[in-house]
Amino acid sequence: MTSDTWDLVLSSIGPLLSGAVRGTIPLTLISFAVGLVLALLVALARLSRRRVVSGLARAYVSVIRGTPLLVQLFIIFYALPSLGIVIDPFPSAVVAFSLNVGGYAAEIIRAAILSVPKGQWEAAATIGLDHTLTLRRVVLPQAVRVAVPPLSNTFISLVKDTSLASTIMVTELLRKAQEIAAPTYEFMTLYSLAAVIYWLICLVLSSAQARLERRLDRFVAR
Amino acid sequence: MSGAREEDAVTDGTGTTGDARPLVEVRGLTKSFGDLHVLRGIDLTVARGSVTVLIGPSGSGKTTLLRCLNSLEVPESGAVRVDDVEVDMAARPSPALLRRLRATSGMVFQSHQLFPHRTALQNVTEGPLYAQRRPRAQVEAEATALLAKVGLADKAGAYPHELSGGQQQRVGIARALALRPRLLLFDEPTSALDPETVGEVLTVMRDLAAEGWTMVVVTHEIRFAQQVADHVMFLDGGVVVEEGRPGDVLVEPREERTRRFLQRILDPL
Ligand SMILES: Nc1ncnc2c1ncn2[C@@H]1O[C@H](COP(=O)(O)OP(=O)(O)OP(=O)(O)O)[C@@H](O)[C@H]1O
Ligand SMILES: [Mg+2]
Repeated sequence: MTSDTWDLVLSSIGPLLSGAVRGTIPLTLISFAVGLVLALLVALARLSRRRVVSGLARAYVSVIRGTPLLVQLFIIFYALPSLGIVIDPFPSAVVAFSLNVGGYAAEIIRAAILSVPKGQWEAAATIGLDHTLTLRRVVLPQAVRVAVPPLSNTFISLVKDTSLASTIMVTELLRKAQEIAAPTYEFMTLYSLAAVIYWLICLVLSSAQARLERRLDRFVAR
Repeated sequence: MSGAREEDAVTDGTGTTGDARPLVEVRGLTKSFGDLHVLRGIDLTVARGSVTVLIGPSGSGKTTLLRCLNSLEVPESGAVRVDDVEVDMAARPSPALLRRLRATSGMVFQSHQLFPHRTALQNVTEGPLYAQRRPRAQVEAEATALLAKVGLADKAGAYPHELSGGQQQRVGIARALALRPRLLLFDEPTSALDPETVGEVLTVMRDLAAEGWTMVVVTHEIRFAQQVADHVMFLDGGVVVEEGRPGDVLVEPREERTRRFLQRILDPL
């Protein structure tokens, strides 16, 4: 590496990290939190005995999973204004990513709920718990154990998917790298640097995932 | 003997009222799953403080009958009364009424169905705390006493997977008792257990009977039935084929079907 390149690396690290801290990370956290709440509601709707409710939920999941995330993002940011709905870049990205997580995580949560044996629902009923309490106190805590590994994967994918927000002018990590690279033509250096930062974020998340799984497994025989 | 028990029951604080009628009266209960008629008109009377043992071949409807008493299944027709809760099953009973019926009894499952993410103590306190909304201090004191009663005072903090099968089943019994039910239902509580742990569960059940608890027990432990039951019912094909005192039904059955069933149980080869 030439000393010029080295200087560029040193001077870019600050702006790139700021792009991660102010763009990528909050975008990921907010979208994932909102998406999880949405996913839980959609999963419960999917399990509803009411045909209309479960049908709507099924349609939602099907649309989200059957269309590219980039297209969803473009519809919200570039197409909605033609209907008079104008949303800023960052909130647009939050909406798109939340809806996306909502669709994928709903299926994970639904499967996790279904994995809890019927006997647990019955035991909860015989001690007098109603449907809501049964979900909250008996079924969901057990479903969480099943859902955490696939949800962690969704979370880690989301970190990387937020780079798509660069296409709608959200200043996140990749966008920052583009901005610095464009005038200097140092694409290799800047994009590699961005890749390393994404990778480090995902490494941290993976180790957090492993720790969480160990914690959740404490009440299960192995 | 069962007369003396009835006296006890009124004063033992197991939730029984001064009502002089039998605790449980079931008339003409029917239940089908699709085309399969599982219960075809069951009558059942359980005196206060008495132990009724249900026996019968696999598929005869024993579990279904217990589940109907606990509203886990809703029968098509028939009348069920437990203490002061009367339900006419043919009249599309409301969920609220079914919940009241369920609240009269505590259920012990064949495969314990403890909550794996809760300790033994938490399993016992869950219903009183969250369904019955009783004060925590009182509930925990009572649950601790119940665990001691079933011989698990030192296991309060253990998770179900850390307990043996017999211990798990005893936590299940404590969990049912904690609801302060008027009736205890047991569905083959020992048939999933290792032989050497069967005794500890049966001992707890015998002690409960001696305390005056009203119990309906599905079991194939014939010696337990002989020693503890006041009344034995033999079910086959969804009807009560024969019933009476254990000394009669289990020793000198009148019906050929009962005789053949007992022979198979006592001498499987
Ligand atoms: N939810 C259900 N749906 C369909 N069929 C059922 C259902 N529950 C029970 N059955 C059927 O009803 C019949 C009676 O079942 P039940 O469990 O009451 O018998 P049981 O006397 O308890 O038998 P076992 O000794 O094997 O426990 C069986 O043929 C069973 O397959
Ligand atoms: Mg059964």
